[in-house]
Amino acid sequence: MAERAIVVVTAGLNQPSATRLLADRLGAAVERHLGERDLDARVEVVELREHAVDLANHLVTGFPSRSLQAAIDKVLGADALIAVSPIFSASYSGLFKLFFDVLERDALAGTPVLIAATGGTARHSLALEHAFRPLFAYLNAAVTPTAVFAASEDWGRAGVPADGSLVERIDRAARELAAAVAGVQPSRSSDTFENPVPFEDLLGSRHTPH
Amino acid sequence: MQFGVFSVGAVTTDPTTGRTPTDAERIQAMVAIALKAEEVGLDVFASGEHHNPPFVPSSPTTMLGYIAARTNRLVLSTATTLITTNDPVKIAEDYAMLQHLADGRVDLMLGRGNTGPVYPWFGQDIRNGIALAYENYALLHRLWREDVVDWDGKFRTPLTGFTAVPRPLDGVPPFVWHGSIRSPEIAEQAAYYGDGFFHNNIFWPKEHVERMVSLYRRRFEHYGHGSQKQAIVGLGGQVFMRKDSQAAIREFRPYFEHAPVYGGGPSLEDYMDQTPLTVGSPQEVIDRTLAFRDVVGDYQRQLFLLDHAGLPLKVVLEQLDLLGELVVPVLRREFEAARAEGVPDAPVHPRVHPAERATALDPAAA
Repeated sequence: MAERAIVVVTAGLNQPSATRLLADRLGAAVERHLGERDLDARVEVVELREHAVDLANHLVTGFPSRSLQAAIDKVLGADALIAVSPIFSASYSGLFKLFFDVLERDALAGTPVLIAATGGTARHSLALEHAFRPLFAYLNAAVTPTAVFAASEDWGRAGVPADGSLVERIDRAARELAAAVAGVQPSRSSDTFENPVPFEDLLGSRHTPH
Repeated sequence: MQFGVFSVGAVTTDPTTGRTPTDAERIQAMVAIALKAEEVGLDVFASGEHHNPPFVPSSPTTMLGYIAARTNRLVLSTATTLITTNDPVKIAEDYAMLQHLADGRVDLMLGRGNTGPVYPWFGQDIRNGIALAYENYALLHRLWREDVVDWDGKFRTPLTGFTAVPRPLDGVPPFVWHGSIRSPEIAEQAAYYGDGFFHNNIFWPKEHVERMVSLYRRRFEHYGHGSQKQAIVGLGGQVFMRKDSQAAIREFRPYFEHAPVYGGGPSLEDYMDQTPLTVGSPQEVIDRTLAFRDVVGDYQRQLFLLDHAGLPLKVVLEQLDLLGELVVPVLRREFEAARAEGVPDAPVHPRVHPAERATALDPAAA
């Protein structure tokens, strides 16, 4: 079977970052679950912090820098996405949103996505459901049923199966994402520059009945 | 190869003085720039078309007709004519009239426009941008080639027994360029008709320009208009020159940093690295411009954007002097020397260069 590209987009800001820590745990868990299905995975990480200035410049100039383009291309080529942000002011961070703002409208259509977030306390956890999930629903991505929130205190708890702990939720969400990835063919980008739609088809389709 | 200037026609405050030109001053400045372009030996002046502030050129054929009367050699063009929100019947009439008045020195570049509200102001929907460009041009193309047209499309009133007047000068329609920054559908359209393709080459890294032009060339050949190298390609470019490059950078930086299109974004140095913007000495402009050929192959038209970001008219005219004296003569010589066998010039009306009358102007009719 072809290798599946899992891309982790993380908007953590600190070094080290709890958001990155969560992102890495999720990436490893997804890789493990794909392995159980005899699927090889290649996990790649996009650290949005490294592209912060380029993202702002993209908004202003309308085009990405070379390194931002490389990060975007990674995401476009992904078979699944793990998207992780700290909670800022009741939602994902501005940096996280900037990245998804500069993607083409249908870039993530149909792509399985696991959403996850970090915050100081569990009081912020529903931001995943009222902010992250609608964002990816708008982008027509296939978001897994389980979203993963990690509060500071979660890092100090042991996890056992089915106890609702962070460890258990990571495992459940990763299993859901792996199942979604296993159900679809590996992505093949269709390049409209390599394979243009013939003009008469385009003209014809514009002349729909009136 | 043709060299020229294109003007967006924005009214922009000069960030170094805080002074904003009036509409009257800006319009007269555009005219002065066009006249100067002919005086210094350039070939083309192209005007933008906009229907909202801070731009002045809403009526390009009025301005170009006036410039035509005051010039002898300059080819008058547009950058771009809005094929989406203008009635193609009116484009056919306006540009045929201009073509007669200018004795053939007219072509036009079609574009979709990027200002959302302009579409509803003219009764259209921006989501139909590509569809409008396709259907409106299909009609425009017929109006210039068929004396009597019956038409039934999706976007305008049907026509029965309609004749667009005046008929094109000597029966030769104005040459058409299709401009697009990133829509492969427009490169495909230009290729289908055997028209020219223009990339503004200002906002994008060269890889994107390369991809669009390469698609156009392949499809031009596919549709039987000639080989890939015979396709008609134009590029924009953006330069600011002083004899010494440090002086150029020092003088241009405040304009760059406050320019409506990139101010507040990347540094001048990063922008120059990532896009074709060149700020420096005439030699640096020459080197950078010659390198465009490495990206798109031999091409037919190079237009420079000079009057933007609030630069005062006096400075723009100095830029034209530098272009005419030091840059374009070298570019003409170097491009010509490097040009592959069989690469055509940009099509012009037979009256512009009588010697080239034998050249097929209209590949679709050939």
